[in-house]
Amino acid sequence: MDFELHVWRQKSPKEKGRMEVYPAKGIHADMSFLEMLDVVNEGLASQGVEPIAFDHDCREGICGMCSLVINGIPHGPERATTTCELYMRHFKDGQKIFIEPWRARAFPVLKDLIVDRSAFDRVIQAGGYVSVNTGSAPEANTLPVPKDCAELSMDAAACIGCGACVAACKNASAMLFVAAKVSHLGLLPQGRVEARDRVQSMVKAMDQEGFGNCTNQYECEAVCPKAISVSFISLMNREYLKSSFQPPAV
Amino acid sequence: MELNPKIPDGPIEEKWDRHRFRLKLVNPANKRKYRIIVVGTGLAGASAAASLAELGYQVRSFCYQDSPRRAHSIAAQGGINAAKNYQNDGDSVRRLFYDTVKGGDFRSREANVYRLAQVSGNIIDQCVAQGVPFAREYSGYLANRSFGGAQVSRTFYARGQTGQQLLLGAYQALARQIGLGKVQMHPRTEMLDLVLVDGHAKGIVTRDLVTGEIQSQAADAVVLATGGYANVFYLSTNAKGCNATAIFRAYKKGALFANPCYTQIHPTCIPASGDYQSKLTLMSESLRNDGRIWVPKKKGDRRPPAQIPEEERDYYLERKYPSYGNLAPRDISSRSAKEVCDAGLGVGENGNGVYLDFRDAIRGLGKKVIRERYGNLFDMYEKITHENPYEVPMRIYPAPHYTMGGLWVDYNLMSNVPGLYVLGEANFSDHGANRLGASALMQGLADGYFILPYTIGDYLVSAGAQKFAADRPEFRQALDDVRGRTSRLLSIRGRRTVDSFHRELGSIAWNHCGMARTEAGLQKALSSIAALKSEFWKDVNVPGEGEELNQSLERAGRVADFFDFAELMCADALHRRESCGGHFREEFQTAEGEARRDDRNFCYVGAWEFAGEGKPPRLHKEPLTFENIQLAERSYK
Ligand SMILES: Cc1cc2nc3c(=O)[nH]c(=O)nc-3n(C[C@H](O)[C@H](O)[C@H](O)COP(=O)(O)OP(=O)(O)OC[C@H]3O[C@@H](n4cnc5c(N)ncnc54)[C@H](O)[C@@H]3O)c2cc1C
Ligand code: FES
Repeated sequence: MDFELHVWRQKSPKEKGRMEVYPAKGIHADMSFLEMLDVVNEGLASQGVEPIAFDHDCREGICGMCSLVINGIPHGPERATTTCELYMRHFKDGQKIFIEPWRARAFPVLKDLIVDRSAFDRVIQAGGYVSVNTGSAPEANTLPVPKDCAELSMDAAACIGCGACVAACKNASAMLFVAAKVSHLGLLPQGRVEARDRVQSMVKAMDQEGFGNCTNQYECEAVCPKAISVSFISLMNREYLKSSFQPPAV
Repeated sequence: MELNPKIPDGPIEEKWDRHRFRLKLVNPANKRKYRIIVVGTGLAGASAAASLAELGYQVRSFCYQDSPRRAHSIAAQGGINAAKNYQNDGDSVRRLFYDTVKGGDFRSREANVYRLAQVSGNIIDQCVAQGVPFAREYSGYLANRSFGGAQVSRTFYARGQTGQQLLLGAYQALARQIGLGKVQMHPRTEMLDLVLVDGHAKGIVTRDLVTGEIQSQAADAVVLATGGYANVFYLSTNAKGCNATAIFRAYKKGALFANPCYTQIHPTCIPASGDYQSKLTLMSESLRNDGRIWVPKKKGDRRPPAQIPEEERDYYLERKYPSYGNLAPRDISSRSAKEVCDAGLGVGENGNGVYLDFRDAIRGLGKKVIRERYGNLFDMYEKITHENPYEVPMRIYPAPHYTMGGLWVDYNLMSNVPGLYVLGEANFSDHGANRLGASALMQGLADGYFILPYTIGDYLVSAGAQKFAADRPEFRQALDDVRGRTSRLLSIRGRRTVDSFHRELGSIAWNHCGMARTEAGLQKALSSIAALKSEFWKDVNVPGEGEELNQSLERAGRVADFFDFAELMCADALHRRESCGGHFREEFQTAEGEARRDDRNFCYVGAWEFAGEGKPPRLHKEPLTFENIQLAERSYK
C-alpha cells in the first residue's frame, strides 16, 4: 500500500510548526501505524532528513505514551484503540493521512508530535491516591469489597493517562481523566475516607493547569482507547457536589 | 575480589527477622539529611522511592518516559503471586519458596527466595489498601488463579492488567510524595553513567531528553531499578525504550554482572508477521489455564484447525508432562514449541506458531466466562492478527521476555560497589535460571516496599551524610566522558540507521544465544558481534544534534551498550557448560531432551567483572548451597 502523509513538524516548543508532506511507499497491511512511521523514518534518515519525533513505548496499548491525532481523531479511526494498536489494514491504499500532535493549552508541543503531559501528573499529585504508608496496611481480606464495586472501580482504573480525552474535547477538558481516578478510588471502601478532599483538590488542580470546562459533548468517551464511560463524569459531579456541602475534615 | 553475599546465620525462617534486628537504624530526625537517587519508576523503583520518602529521606527519582506511570511494569498482564493460602489448597511460605527455587532450576540463593516468599503476603495487603482493584469473588473476598510451574492457586490479578494496577498503586504513592515535596521527580531523563567517589556510589550523570542537557546528580546512595535487558534481542515483549544502559554503565564502573546468560523466552507470544516487526506482543500465560496447546501430527497439514480431527492433533505438553500439562514452566513450554516448529509441524503462514485452543474451555464453561477471564487479551489478539480467538485457535510462539541475570547483589540488595543498590528485574537475585510466572511483580514490590527501606539505612549510617560534592573531580570526569561519548555518536554521520544495527545484533543474539545454544554458535556470535560493533562505530548515522530532543541519539546510546552487553551475555553462555532453566546448551541434555544440569561444576552464580576495554571480563563465583531444598533434577512429568 502507498500513502501520502501530512505530518506536523516543529523543531522546538518556541518555534512555529508546519505540515510537511512525505510519501509512505510499500506499506504492508499488517504493519501497525507506528511501524509504518518507523519505515518512513528509516527512509528520511537515510536521505539526511531528521526523522519525525513521536512518543511511544509499550506498543501494546497500555503505557499511554503514544499520542497522535490521525485524520482529525485522537488515536485514529478505530474505536477503543491506541495509535500503537492501529493497523494499516484500516486505511485505504493511496489515502492521504494527516498526523498531528495532541492540541491543548495544558499540553504544549515539545517537538513534532511530542507534547508535554506533565499536567496530568500534577493533577494526580494533588490527591489521586490513598494516603497509606508502606507497612500500615491491614490484612487484605479484612475488608470484603462487593464484586460489582471492584469491577466498576476497575473499569475506571483502566485509564492509561494518554490524554486523548483532552485532545478530542473542543474545550480541552480533562474531566474524563479526573473522573476516572476519582471514581476508581471512590468506589472502593479503601478510597472513601479521603473522597471529599480528593475530589476537591483534584478539580482545583485541573482548573489551575488550564484544562477547560466540560460541556457534555462526550467526544472524550468516543476516542478513549479504554472506552471509559462518561457516566464516571456524572459520578464525579455528584461526588463534587456532595463534598461542597460537607464540612471540611478537621 | 571476595564476593560476600552476607547471608544471615540461623534457620532459614529466622534469617530475615534476625537480620532486621541487627541492621543499624537511622535516627528519624537524621533521615532528611540523606539524599537517595532512585533510577527507574517501575514497580521496584516507584515502590522504593515512595517508601524511602515516607521514611523521611530526600529522594530524587528518574525515568526516561514522560511520566513515572508509564514504566514497563505497566504492561504485565497475568498476576502476582503471594503465599496467602486463601484457597486452602496447601499453599505456604515454604511451598512458594520451594516452587521458586525449583522453578529457577536450583540456581538462585535460598535465603533471598525464602524472604521473598515471606513478604509476599504483605505486598497484597499494601496494594489492596492503596486501592488496587484486584479481582474478587461474589463474596467480596479476593480471587486467585493458577499460573505455570505451580499446583496451587496463589496468583492475584486485576483482569489482564495486573501490572498496570499495581504500578498505578505505586505511582500514586510516589505522586503523593512528589506532591508533598519529599521526592523530586525527573521524567524524560536518562541515566548515562554512575559516579564513584572513593569507591562508593555517590551520584549519576543524566541527559535531559527534552533539552539534551547533560548534568550530574550527587547523593548518599544510588538505587538502580531500571528493568531488564531483553531488548538485546531487538524483538522482545519489552517496551521499545527498555535498555541495559544504566546497569551496564554501572558494570563498567566496577559493579559485577551476574548470570547474564539467564534469559527467559516466554512461551505465549504472537508470532512475528514480517521483517518490519518492531516488537512482539505477549499473550498472558494465564491463558494456559484454559487454553490447550497443540500442533497437527502431520507435517505440512494446512487444513484449517477446526477441520483437523482430534486424533490428528498432538497436545504435546499434555502428552509429555501429564501432571502439569499446559501449565509446564516457561522454559520447558518454550523449548517444546521450538522443537515442534523445528520439526516442521508449526502452524500459520510462516510455520512459526503453535495453536492455543479455547474450543474445549468455551464448550465447558461458556463464552461468557471465558470473556470475563480473558476478554481484553482476546481483543488484543484480534486487533493484532485480525483473527477471532473465540472461533479460531490463537497462534503463539516463544519470544524474549524477561531477564533473570542482572547486577550482582548481596542479601541487602547492595552490589559489590558500596552504596549502589539494585532492585527488580535489574538485579539477579531471586529467580535463578528461570522465573516462574507472576513472580517478577512480587519481587519488584518486595524489593521496593519491604526490603530496601530497611537495608539501606545500615549503609547510610556507616557511610555518614555527604555534602553532595558535585564539584569533585570524579563528577567532572564522568560528565566529560558522557559528553565525549555523545559527540562521538553524533560525529560519525555514516550510512546505516541505528535500528538496522539493532535488528542485526538482535538476530545474531536470538539465533545463537536464544532458546538453544551451542559452543560453535556462541563462538560465531562473538565474532559476528565484534565485527558488527566495529561497523557500528564507523558507519552509524545519528541525525540531529545533542542539545535537543533527539530520539535517534537516545537509541544509538542504548544500542552501543547492547553491543558490549551482548558480548558479555554470549561469553557467559559459553562458559556455562551445562543446561539449566532458560539456558539450554544443546550439548548438555538428557536422552529425553531435557536440560542437564551439572551441579558438581556449575552450582554457582557467575559474576563478571569489567577488566578494561578490549579485555576479557573476569569471572567471580558465588557458590550456591542448598540446605533447605534438596538439589534434584527438575521434573514436571
Ligand atoms: C508483556 C509483559 C508481561 C508481563 N507479565 C508479568 C506478570 O503477569 N507477572 C509478573 O510477575 N511479571 C510479569 N512480567 C515481568 C514484569 O513485568 C517485569 O519484570 C517487572 O515489571 C519489572 O519491573 P522493574 O521495576 O524492575 O522495571 P521496569 O518496570 O521495566 O521499570 C524500569 C524503569 O527504569 C527506567 N529506566 C530504564 N533505564 C533507564 C535509564 N538509563 N535512565 C533512567 N531511567 C531508566 C524506566 O524509565 C522505568 O521507569 C511481564 C513482563 C512483560 C514484558
Ligand atoms: S505505545 Fe504504549 S500505549 Fe501506545
